[in-house]
Amino acid sequence: MQTYVGAPQLPSDDKRWKIVEATARRHGREPHALIETLHTVQECFGYLDENALRFVASVLRVPLSRVYGAATFYHFFTLKPKGRHACVVCTGTACYIKGAPLLLKAIEQRYSIKPGETTPDGELSLLTARCLGSCGLAPAAVMDSAVLGKIAPQDILARIERGIHP
Amino acid sequence: MTIEELRKIAETERAAQKKFQHHVCVCIAAGCLSGGAEHVRDALNKEVAESGMRNEVLVKGVGCMGLCSAGPLVTVETAVETAVNTDVQMFASVTPEDAPEIIRSLDTGGATGGDLAAAGLHPCPTNVPFFERQKKIVLENSGKIDPERIEDYIAHDGYVALVTAITEMTPLEVIDRVKSSGLRGRGGAGYPTGLKWSTVAKTGEQQKYVICNADEGDPGAFMDRAVLESDPHRVLEGMAIAAYAVGAQQGFIYVRAEYPLAVKHLKTAIKQAERMGLLGNSISGTRFSFHIDIRLGAGAFVCGEETALIASIEGKRGTPRPRPPFPAESGLWECPTLINNVETFANVAPIVRHGAEWFARIGTEKSKGTKVFALAGRVQNTGLIEVPMGITLREIIYDIGGGVPDGKQYKAVQTGGPSGGCIPAEHLDSPVDYESLARIGSIMGSGGMIVMDETSCMVDVAKYFMEFCMSESCGKCIPCRAGTQQLHGILEKITAGEATPADVALLEELCELVRHTSLCGLGQSAPNPVVTTLKYFREEYDAHVTGDGCPAGTCGCGAGTRACRAETRLGAPGSQTSGEVTL
Repeated sequence: MQTYVGAPQLPSDDKRWKIVEATARRHGREPHALIETLHTVQECFGYLDENALRFVASVLRVPLSRVYGAATFYHFFTLKPKGRHACVVCTGTACYIKGAPLLLKAIEQRYSIKPGETTPDGELSLLTARCLGSCGLAPAAVMDSAVLGKIAPQDILARIERGIHP
Repeated sequence: MTIEELRKIAETERAAQKKFQHHVCVCIAAGCLSGGAEHVRDALNKEVAESGMRNEVLVKGVGCMGLCSAGPLVTVETAVETAVNTDVQMFASVTPEDAPEIIRSLDTGGATGGDLAAAGLHPCPTNVPFFERQKKIVLENSGKIDPERIEDYIAHDGYVALVTAITEMTPLEVIDRVKSSGLRGRGGAGYPTGLKWSTVAKTGEQQKYVICNADEGDPGAFMDRAVLESDPHRVLEGMAIAAYAVGAQQGFIYVRAEYPLAVKHLKTAIKQAERMGLLGNSISGTRFSFHIDIRLGAGAFVCGEETALIASIEGKRGTPRPRPPFPAESGLWECPTLINNVETFANVAPIVRHGAEWFARIGTEKSKGTKVFALAGRVQNTGLIEVPMGITLREIIYDIGGGVPDGKQYKAVQTGGPSGGCIPAEHLDSPVDYESLARIGSIMGSGGMIVMDETSCMVDVAKYFMEFCMSESCGKCIPCRAGTQQLHGILEKITAGEATPADVALLEELCELVRHTSLCGLGQSAPNPVVTTLKYFREEYDAHVTGDGCPAGTCGCGAGTRACRAETRLGAPGSQTSGEVTL
């Protein structure tokens, strides 16, 4: 069992680790801060790598297995880096009824990636959301934080192309 | 903060707002925001500044106005001195380019709808059933107040209930009032709120917690998000009253990380309330102290279940545990914990303010008050609505929703999300209350309401929800973990046209098993969409099985020719056609 006194060893000089450490400190470095701390890591780095999981485990004094368990249990956390651009297709009920599967199929066929995957060149990640809450705009998708409502398959492909090759 | 001080703030704010002859409200809740509402607000502000009307026109960002499908929405309120009522004009699908025309229309005053339409605007009448058939309690401020200003909330009688409760009422009186109002949990199960409160209160003097469940995981439901984005103080006030009633000192709001705007508004609201002494230590100079912290969810549907939610706040994987003990006796860190849904807390302040009798007059015998629904799918008007309990589904779908568009035939309405059921046309006249919906096999649920027409295949819909439950199952108990996979496998087989009548019989049997043996609500209710579609749309299952094909034509090759089936097997990427079990 690893114990530490005072400030924990940061994995590198990267200033973002200080932000992560600050979150843990704000919660008294108690084990219950695990999810909040993982949120901060993902906010800062975009994803959770092994380094980060080890650091969080040491700073909160919880077993690495518990950190890994939480990181893989919750869909919001990702252990892989995302592509430069992300297209999120909503698969909520309203969007499903109004044609979200067709959007996904079009993107999958054009870029040969499945939901959760990134193109080999690291340009595009295809993601799905349980519900964006924009049910009035169904089917909806988000391309690099721009919400696209009532969108047709050919339009989403055009929009992705414009995003990747402006 | 005393009641007099509160009144003074309200009067100052009202007077400040009255100075403006015209109030231009832009909906900046998530629905309209994604349609570019922020740019509309900026354009309106710029236009007001340029036309030198800064002292006459107040442009403010407000919460959800309800008719999300017509967003971005803007309302223009003009105070007419002679009339009692103010004149309200709503505009739909507003773009930043419309800003000059809207501001110009203020000058002309009595412009008719025709004039406005001629100017390129989309006036949206508010005297239509969509607005008139609603009854707003939870959403009474939504679309009217600026959610980022506590003063605006106070000007609309905000925090009066809290200050009254802690200075003039005993905790027992507060609980009695909630009890006799008949308020029931709005998260879906409908447990009497007052009863829950008194259980927590009876545990004696010790550390207790109040948790607001804002982990709205149902796909197709966005009521809680709208309430948090549009009127966050209402939820804080409800929580604080609850904390006073049960004797808690600390509160948590467990909110989805996918709702950044709701989180932002909540954080702002908590800070403002603390600064005014409406949250924090010795509120209103009494011995009552209450702090609220936010905890972000991380995308696990099961965390809507109370014991899983508690595990998540404790920093663990969100898996449920057997009850009893119920959280009311042993919850967060083994302390008595009150957990209510966002909408439940949002009802508390009006009940304390107007009295239990007022609330109990609304609704049916056993279901009091109103319910907020997210109306979506194949219906003309989609958006957020609040209706009195007891209204019929037909009134909601045809009067408020405007019916099914494109001349299509209504087929079913799905309530309660993955835990609910599909209700056919024959039950459209059934009233919307907890008991009636349960009687026809569905549930009230948290408030998702998705309308489907003839183009939706009910087997496919059942498969969609089962896929959801399968991937959201936490894996703790076997009936849910393995059962949902098996159920999904059979449904896959049916939609691929490869099933036999024996598979349908197996499906029914397995539904019963999963329902009765799962640990928590997720597994217990996961079969509901299958059970109701089997009950009401049996012929669609039969058609897939006997080789007649998918009646709705959505299952692709469904149960078509042999060649078609082969193609389905070979060509469907990623489809799981067998019911493999991973234990």
